[in-house]
Amino acid sequence: MSQPLLDVRGLRTVFETRAGTVCAVDGVDVSVQRGECLGIVGESGSGKSVTFASVMGLVKSPGRIEAGTILLDGCDLRGLTPKQMRAVRGKDIAMTMQDALTALNPALTVGEQIAEVFDAHDDTLPRRGAARARAIRDKSAEMLGLVGIPSAESRLRQYPHEFSGGMRQRIMIAIALACRPKLLIADEPTTALDVTIQAQVLELITEIRARLGMSVVLITHDLGVVAEHCDRVMVMYAGQVVEEGPTAEVIAQPQHPYTRGLLASIPRPALRGQPIQPIEGQVPDLIGLPPQCRFYSRCPLHRDACLAPVAMRSAGPNRRVRCILSGEPVE
Amino acid sequence: MKTLLKVDSLSKHYEGRRGLIGRLTGAPHTVVRAVNDVSFSVERGEILGLIGESGCGKSTLGRAILRLHEPTAGRVHFDGSEVTALDAPALKALRRRMQIIFQDPYASLNPRRTVAQIVGLPLRLHGLAASEDEARAITARICERVGLKANQLDRYPHQFSGGQRQRIGIARALVSNPEFIVCDEPVSALDVSIQAQIIALLLELKREMGLTYLFISHDISVIGYLADRVAVMYLGEIVEMGPVEAILARPRHPYTQSLMSAVPEVEASGRRARIRLTGDLPSPLHPPAGCKFHTRCPLALDICRTTAPLRETVGEGHIAACHRLGEDISLLEDGAA
Repeated sequence: MSQPLLDVRGLRTVFETRAGTVCAVDGVDVSVQRGECLGIVGESGSGKSVTFASVMGLVKSPGRIEAGTILLDGCDLRGLTPKQMRAVRGKDIAMTMQDALTALNPALTVGEQIAEVFDAHDDTLPRRGAARARAIRDKSAEMLGLVGIPSAESRLRQYPHEFSGGMRQRIMIAIALACRPKLLIADEPTTALDVTIQAQVLELITEIRARLGMSVVLITHDLGVVAEHCDRVMVMYAGQVVEEGPTAEVIAQPQHPYTRGLLASIPRPALRGQPIQPIEGQVPDLIGLPPQCRFYSRCPLHRDACLAPVAMRSAGPNRRVRCILSGEPVE
Repeated sequence: MKTLLKVDSLSKHYEGRRGLIGRLTGAPHTVVRAVNDVSFSVERGEILGLIGESGCGKSTLGRAILRLHEPTAGRVHFDGSEVTALDAPALKALRRRMQIIFQDPYASLNPRRTVAQIVGLPLRLHGLAASEDEARAITARICERVGLKANQLDRYPHQFSGGQRQRIGIARALVSNPEFIVCDEPVSALDVSIQAQIIALLLELKREMGLTYLFISHDISVIGYLADRVAVMYLGEIVEMGPVEAILARPRHPYTQSLMSAVPEVEASGRRARIRLTGDLPSPLHPPAGCKFHTRCPLALDICRTTAPLRETVGEGHIAACHRLGEDISLLEDGAA
């Protein structure tokens, strides 16, 4: 396989709190190929958002990246100065946030917020003056059109509160895509939206990905969304990746007990009359975790051997799993 | 089966505020018809699922039934007595028998009260315990039943996770031994694995205590899993209602069909061709004339823009309101759209 677009190795991000050090991301490896859509699934506190906040260089004190390498197109992002990182962010990688209402600036028009991206990153524009302003306005309107917002020219002058939830999410996508990034990280893009609007937004992302040939990381807690939109999926639990592989295979034959539990606990009409099998218990506290398998306390199959640290194991071509009961150890 | 709850042409309208000029010139109030002329009944022991997108009025309907929001028009009968005609003391007495579980387990518990105080309050309000000790014992029993530990009774809500808090909310609703519960999106704020725990718990409790649920949700998978009958709401009105099997197998209203096609399915076999709805939910301040769905409906005709469709019976206990029911069009099969 060719060199991946994004290659993260051994990422460890911690937050210092009064109660102790919270290890939100612990030894996460992620690779994203060019043009692929990778789904990241996990519950609250699984570390899925923090992993990509680390990639974007958005982890602020009291959090810090303790270890790991983050290579984007071969360039080590951790070695960049804040100024250099600003040049990458928005241009090469862009991220959309879960809550579009709080992520957008309420005091600036939508047009001004899209224009910021062009102003900061686009070198093809005229250097100054009315020509530059005109070019930025045209490009901004084009972006709104791309994400399916009608009468873009006039809507550029409106403020975020004048848009509905689905439209705001589209605006964030427009801002993120303004400079045609190589990688779009969409953090729960549709969680706050209704299903019919969710379907529209996800189709928009899939369509634009195909058109612009970019890679997408889709962070979500909804396995259904991943099943329909992602080529590959990574399941995260308590700061670690527990399973990874092609989406269809992982869903058809989940290897990790947590993935199996997640799939079994989705209520659906096909299961009417049968009891659903919830995963008992809760996600462990991330402060001072013992070095055992993180899923130990909730796992129906746990045994003494699980009290030792569990490494990722190979479970067939392109599949990895963090469970001693499946797969083979990787040399 | 016996009808436990009967809702007749229930409406809840909110009047908007007028500005100074509006007041001086006597301009009419803008009216939001959050719930408009809704009728249905719930049999004892069943789960009626109420589904719709945000802003469609499903939570308002749930609250208007309990008179947590005073209905504007219409009647609600509960086990023979007319809820909407009761005075305050009689309503309070009836509230012992009809309870609600709220969506947000963070906002619906008083942060300054302990679990024992929160769950025990209904006992005190309704005089259901002879002594403090008895109240404590009843509280402890129900808390244990919903999966809280005895040593957690004197803790405060902030010391619990979302799923645990929802268990506290459930214990509070059940402590007075009610017959009917409005479950207002009780699992929407929870993670998938916790959501399954709460759904399993609600179903067990229903069986053990002989409860009847009005289960409000925006998630058609949850409703399809647990409800006996479903009512689909759009902009304050029920557009389709019927047995869950009938609606899942053959939804008749184009809105129900598009809702079902929009749900992301884990299994490829369950996936359907997506019906593309254009646009957003119209503002309830200015609902469209005629059929309220016509602005987004792929099947809309001229008549839909002017005349509201009437409810028609399309199967046993299955009603829908659409002008094109007679043509029996399904958007779902073989990509007719």
